[in-house]
This record gives sequence, structure tokens and C-alpha cells, in this order.
Amino acid sequence: MSRYNQVIYANINESNSWTLDEYLKQGGYSVWKQILSDQSNKTSEWVIEEVKKSGLRGRGGAGFPTGLKWSFMPKNDDQKYIVCNSDESEPGTCHDRDILKYNPHALVEGMAIAGYAIGATVGYNYVRGEFMLECYPRIDAAVKDAYDAGLLGVNVLDSGIDFDLYNFLGAGAYICGEETGLLESLEGKQGKPRFKPPFPANYGLYGKPTTVNNTQTLATIPKILEKGAKWYADFGTEKSPGTLIFSISGHVNKPGNYELPLGISFEEVIDLAGGVLDGKKLKAVIPGGSSTKVLPAEIIQNCTMDYESLQDADSALGTGAMVVISEGTCMVELLKRISRFYYAESCGQCTPCREGTGWLYRILDRITNGQGKASDLALLVDVAGRIEGNTICAFGDASAWPVQSFIKHYHHEFEYMIQNKGKTLAA
Amino acid sequence: MSEVLTTETIKEIDHWLSKFPVGKQRSAIIGSLHAAQHQNHGFLTSELMDAVAAYIDVPKIQVYEVATFYSMFQTKNVGKHEISICTNISCMLRGSDEILSHVEKRLGIDVGESTSDGNIFLKQEEECLAACTGAPMMMVDHVYIENLDIKTVDEILDRLEGKS
Repeated sequence: MSRYNQVIYANINESNSWTLDEYLKQGGYSVWKQILSDQSNKTSEWVIEEVKKSGLRGRGGAGFPTGLKWSFMPKNDDQKYIVCNSDESEPGTCHDRDILKYNPHALVEGMAIAGYAIGATVGYNYVRGEFMLECYPRIDAAVKDAYDAGLLGVNVLDSGIDFDLYNFLGAGAYICGEETGLLESLEGKQGKPRFKPPFPANYGLYGKPTTVNNTQTLATIPKILEKGAKWYADFGTEKSPGTLIFSISGHVNKPGNYELPLGISFEEVIDLAGGVLDGKKLKAVIPGGSSTKVLPAEIIQNCTMDYESLQDADSALGTGAMVVISEGTCMVELLKRISRFYYAESCGQCTPCREGTGWLYRILDRITNGQGKASDLALLVDVAGRIEGNTICAFGDASAWPVQSFIKHYHHEFEYMIQNKGKTLAA
Repeated sequence: MSEVLTTETIKEIDHWLSKFPVGKQRSAIIGSLHAAQHQNHGFLTSELMDAVAAYIDVPKIQVYEVATFYSMFQTKNVGKHEISICTNISCMLRGSDEILSHVEKRLGIDVGESTSDGNIFLKQEEECLAACTGAPMMMVDHVYIENLDIKTVDEILDRLEGKS
């Protein structure tokens, strides 16, 4: 059996893969129907245990164990919510977009099951605003079709279970991908992250117990329960079970989204993506979205693509968005672009991040303009260090890590540019 | 009923309102502003924002806060067609900067500006648009166009300028 595209992406090449008919033909909604008709066996505890056994971790970037997150929800009669984070915007990442476009019913079913597991009768799917015309109509049609088929709503299929699901459209703000920023946005406010604790499980949407999961995480749930936790876990390694959709972009011949077993070698992934563009030599890879630390070729080439290996290499699996960089790329210019992004997207709430990201960008800008000073590299590292760990949310850390890692691994390129009035060493 | 908002916009706002619990109509601000902006061909005015606030019954300031925080809302007059060229890392590595320079040169404007005839708005786009595997890409009136080259870009601009 192939090890590629076996879970959420198994049928996305079928024509009309996004329709209810096609999803039903592939066995879709069978788990949801089983739960509805046999609640004494398929209890919420059973669902959470299976998800725990599958080893599924949050695919939004942080990798928190999903079953464990679900188990934090209080067991009271309070109104609870399940919220899906479809605000995909971590630079390099574009696989949730394909789920929304080509397999939206897997997300609908996953959210319904998650709602059952945590006792939520209402779900919201927060879709990024820019997906307005492309993905949103697909997921909205999927929800409507599920309602029409009696699979959502009040007393679903006479089970006594209620589950209402609504799609929400954002309006362009990277910070809303942070789960509490997302909840603020869903409440109609500026997407400024909240202090934690309290965590959303205790104080979430409208102050009610809420679980926020990523699109890929939730869309994986139906297959895990249909085919068994072991079936899913066995794709990956003991410590990183299951699969992950890798978005491979940048300097490769066949950029694309590939659903692959965790623990796969870096070499195999690069081969799948057709090798480095134009036959050039690999220079570096940002392995999990722009917020993860860059790894030079000689390090990543010895890595396997899973949580542990990349952590041991002092980076992270993140969202599995691998940005491949070939020889000849100026790392100073690339870092400047990353820092411009964090500067523009900082929500402005915490001073170290609001001011610090501006400092980082402006220092890098003057280096590339030939006005860098010998002391600038130390200053960059100092400013990054003062942002890291000093902000309400992880955005601050995400703005600091690229700076620290680029300077650590490509110190000579930065030095050369400062000494040579903005001339790049990379050309 | 509102005199500022069209029947179509009101219908859209009602649709958003129906998704949230009673008393939580603030959640409908973002969706309502999308509708109001669409009605006004791409940007919001104080009059429109005030009408949204009045219709959904929230303080005006809550609407202004949202309109000025999110990058998809424009609070000053911009061109009718909106172009966003992604220049984030994956697109940058695949030549987005050349695409952007070409468009700026051809339109005779800098990124962030609109053409003097009010036809095209070249939005300053900082966020990655999540189409990295199709880089370089741009969004034209919310439609994603991937794997761009100069020729494709020129064809799109011809169309927007009514030349084809």
C-alpha cells in the first residue's frame, strides 16, 4: 500500500471530491452515524480515548496532543463550543486550503464528532477572509448539504444530539490564527490574543468552554475513528504517529501538498517534490512555516520529518510547510522579508513585539541598503532576545526565532554585507 | 430599514446575524462590513460604517475598530479592481518581486496606490495568501491566480483595463 495521501487527501483527486455524494460513496459520515445510533457504545470517552491512542497532535503548528486537549473541557451543562481554525496564513502553508476546497465534508464530520466528544452543541469554522471566493463557498455548501441530509441540526437523525455548525469569514489578520486572537475576532473584535490562563477550555468563545482545533486536525478525525487509532498511528513513528500534510514550496521542481507519514526522511520528501529547482544545490530549508528556525542543508539532510528529529536539530515541525532554498539565495534579503511580515502583522498589543519587530525590520533594511553597522548583528540578536518570551502570545517568539537562526547559521553573509556596503555574498 | 445599506447588503447582514446567539450581534460586524464594502465597490465610508452599527445595534466605535484593524477593509477611496501580489517568502523565492515591479511600472503607481482613473487598486499585501505551492501568485478581486509569469500578468491587466 502506498504511504502517500492515505488519510484526508486519499480522494481529493476524484472528480467532485467535495460533494456530499462523493464523500458518502467513500464511506463518509459512517462514524458520525454510528455515534448517533449507538451512543451507549460510542461514548464521548470512547472518542477521546481513540484520538489519544492515535497520537494525533494539533496540526496548526504547536503540536499539542488533540485527545488530551479535548479532555480538558469541563464536564458540566454549560454551553460549549468547538471552533475550527481555518485561518491558514503561516507563510509557506497552504494545505488547509486544499482540505476546504476538495474534502470539506471531512471537516464537517470531524467537527460534529469533536463537538460530541467535548459536549459542544455549536461549532464555528473560522475561515480566513482571503478564501472568500475560493474555499468559503465549498465549505459553506458542504455545511448546507449536511443540514439538508439531516446530518446537522437539532436532534440529528433522532439521536437526541444537537449540533449546529456555522462558517465564519475573517478579514485579513495573521494574528487571528492564534487561538485566542481568533476567538476575539469571532466575537467581532480586533484579533488581539488574550492572556492565558484562563485557557479556552475554561474561558473561550463568549466566555464559555471552547476547544479550538486546526482544520487538518479535525478533518483527520473521521478516518481515525473509521479505520482505527492503530491504523492511523502506524503510518508514523512511535513518537510521531500518523501523517502530516507537507506544503513544499520555494526552490523545488514540483512544489505541492503531500500527505506523508511522519518520520519520512528529508531526502524522500525532496525527491517527491522533484528535487531542487534547476539542478542547483540545496542551501537551506525553513521546515515548518516562517516561524520555525531555518536549517542549513547539511543539518536538514540528516533529519527525518517528525517532531523529535527537527526539535533535536533546534527547529520545529511547525505546520509542515517546508520552504526550500537553493544556493545563490541571499539570506539577509530573505530574513528582511520575514521580518517585514512580522512587523506588519504584529497586533500591537505588547510593547516588546510592537516596537521590537519594527527595530528588527529597520536594522535589516539598513544593512541591505549598505548602511549597516558593525554592531548591528549583536543588536539584532539582542532585540530578538528581548521580544522572545516577553509577549502575551507566541507571535513574539515567532518573530525572534528566524532572526536568531538566520544569524546563527549565516553570520558570514550578514557580516559580509555590512562590511561591503550592502553587497550580497550569495549572488 | 436603512437608507444607506441596499436590500442586498441588509440580506447579507441578516444572514450573518442569524449565526450568533441573541445578544452576540457584535460577531456579525466583520461579515456586515464585507457586505457594505462590496456594495460600495471596495471601500468603506463613515456613513456605511455608521449604518452597519445602527442596523446591528452596536456602538459605532466597535465597527470602526474592526474596519481599521483588518487588512481586507479599506477606509479610503481605492480603485474598483483590487490586485494583491503576494511577496511573502515562498513567492519571493519564485520571483514575486519582479512581478510586482512590472505591475507598478505598467500601472505607473507604487504598491498601496490606485490608478488615477480609479480602476485598479494595487494593495500592499504583507500576509502570505496561502497558495505557496503555486508561487508566484496574486489575487485579483478575490480570485486566486497562481504560477504567474509576466505574460499572464499582462493578460490579466489587459482584461481589467478593458483592452481584451
